[in-house]
Amino acid sequence: MSDDVDFDVIVIGAGVAGSVCAHQLAKAGHEVVLIERGSEPGSKNLSGGVFYCRVLDEVFPDFVSSAPVERRITRNVLSFLNGDSHVNIDYWDERLAEPANAVTVLRARLDPWLAEQCEQAGAMVMPGVRVDGLLRDGERVVGVRAGEDELRAHVVVAADGVNSFLARDAGVRPKEPQRHLAVGVKSVIALPRPVIEDRFRVTGDEGVAYAVVGDCTQGVAGGGFLYTNRESVSVGVVLRLDDLGARGLSSSDVHDHFLAHPAIAPLIRGGELLEYGCHLTIEDGPAMAARDLTRPGLVLIGDAAGLTLNTGLTIRGMDLAAGSALAAARTVAAALSTGDCSGEALGAYRTELERSFVGADLRTYGRAPKFLENPRMYGDYGRLLADVFHGIYTHDLRPRRHLVGAALGAVKASGVGLGQLARDGWAAARAL
Amino acid sequence: MSAYGSVTDRLARNSYVLDEAECHIEVNQEIARSTGTGKLLVRVCPAQVYGEAPDGTISVNYAACLECGTCLAVAAPGALTWHYPRGGFGIAYREG
Ligand SMILES: Cc1cc2nc3c(=O)[nH]c(=O)nc-3n(C[C@H](O)[C@H](O)[C@H](O)COP(=O)(O)OP(=O)(O)OC[C@H]3O[C@@H](n4cnc5c(N)ncnc54)[C@H](O)[C@@H]3O)c2cc1C
Repeated sequence: MSDDVDFDVIVIGAGVAGSVCAHQLAKAGHEVVLIERGSEPGSKNLSGGVFYCRVLDEVFPDFVSSAPVERRITRNVLSFLNGDSHVNIDYWDERLAEPANAVTVLRARLDPWLAEQCEQAGAMVMPGVRVDGLLRDGERVVGVRAGEDELRAHVVVAADGVNSFLARDAGVRPKEPQRHLAVGVKSVIALPRPVIEDRFRVTGDEGVAYAVVGDCTQGVAGGGFLYTNRESVSVGVVLRLDDLGARGLSSSDVHDHFLAHPAIAPLIRGGELLEYGCHLTIEDGPAMAARDLTRPGLVLIGDAAGLTLNTGLTIRGMDLAAGSALAAARTVAAALSTGDCSGEALGAYRTELERSFVGADLRTYGRAPKFLENPRMYGDYGRLLADVFHGIYTHDLRPRRHLVGAALGAVKASGVGLGQLARDGWAAARAL
Repeated sequence: MSAYGSVTDRLARNSYVLDEAECHIEVNQEIARSTGTGKLLVRVCPAQVYGEAPDGTISVNYAACLECGTCLAVAAPGALTWHYPRGGFGIAYREG
């Protein structure tokens, strides 16, 4: 291994992935620099905000009590939304509070805290610097270039997010097919704490997460979300790029349509807009992460590696970012200790990933993206559900039918067809 | 237009550090026109960075960019040059 290095490891991107990885390697005694293009970690980052945080138990044992997190999610609402109706599945469970299963976060607050933990563990954090490319010695990645400056290291970890210019530079990622990506458009709306507690029926630091499908996106493949923070809500839409393009809609209009929807507007009424933002996210993580995620001297983690799972009910990127960061940190630490940072040594990263929940969940949800391409998910099924309940609850003095009769009638009227319904139901059970 | 004002009104509340010296977005007008990318950019960009003049020319208000990368992901080859602003410049989210 050449001694001509500035650091053992260069980590690019102080998001969840980069910070967790830099923290682990610094804590193990390695010389680590964490480079971030934002003037402060988190200033470029935006997520919907539900962090399934158990993965951090082994990194920061008191994460939920000491990190700037918003609320523990104890209520999950799955909402099938139509223009003038909705059917909600409302799941509240005290067991989700302790140990905390998922917390809402705002990245401009969380990410600086994560970077601070890196600094305390001995990493050097370098904000305000954009990495422009990789330095190579033959096939091997030996460092990074930022403007006029060059930095060299035994290993480079690319944690530069969904657009990862470094993964493209390294030849890992081609131009991504549009159906692999979605744009999230989000507003953070301030509401006083008592209003949040009353409106969403939560107490203390507990919170609610709504996942919405159907009319929220005006039929574009994707969905809507609404998550409670301490004194604000995060609300917005996620729109698959191929379908957004095909349907001729404007992304900001779809966002505005959702916030103005009669089912959503009352939940944010009277609130003040704190921030309007957007970010890309990943629709087909299993396909993107199936690529070879290492090169000699280089490892990709988090969104840069394609590691987000959109199951329709949840978007999980932050926990996979942390999980892949841990897998990469173990791989890199082992490589540094043997002095072999070749492609083969770093190839152990795949094994580490497969062994962790990241690999297991990628396998489990491998079929989800294909299933979510089903257009009936974004229209017909919400209406069908509402029609079933409409049949049950309207009493227009015509003779009542049994539930099964009412449901079959609704299916017949919807034009979906029983066979189609059965096939989609079976596909849903297998994909999700 | 929504209860929260136009997109431009909303972006005015965000915090940006404008890079006066360097624009990070460039449209190839000819390719944008012939491939339809121009019109697509106008629609998909949540920050409404792109506008279309009556003669079809695509304007770029890079100061409003939220740096999501949607435009680059949908653009036809050659229609758009887009990279992140220089380190420290551009959008600075306070919530995220
Ligand atoms: C609308 C939306 C909703 C979402 N909802 C959820 C959710 O509820 N739960 C969940 O778990 N996930 C969610 N996700 C996904 C989640 O946000 C991502 O998976 C996660 O942020 C990925 O973390 P990361 O560290 O890999 O990348 P990022 O958080 O994107 O971090 C990448 C970092 O690299 C920096 N960087 C990039 N390029 C360079 C460069 N050249 N030089 C220096 N620095 C660079 C960036 O500034 C950034 O700080 C959502 C995403 C979106 C868009």
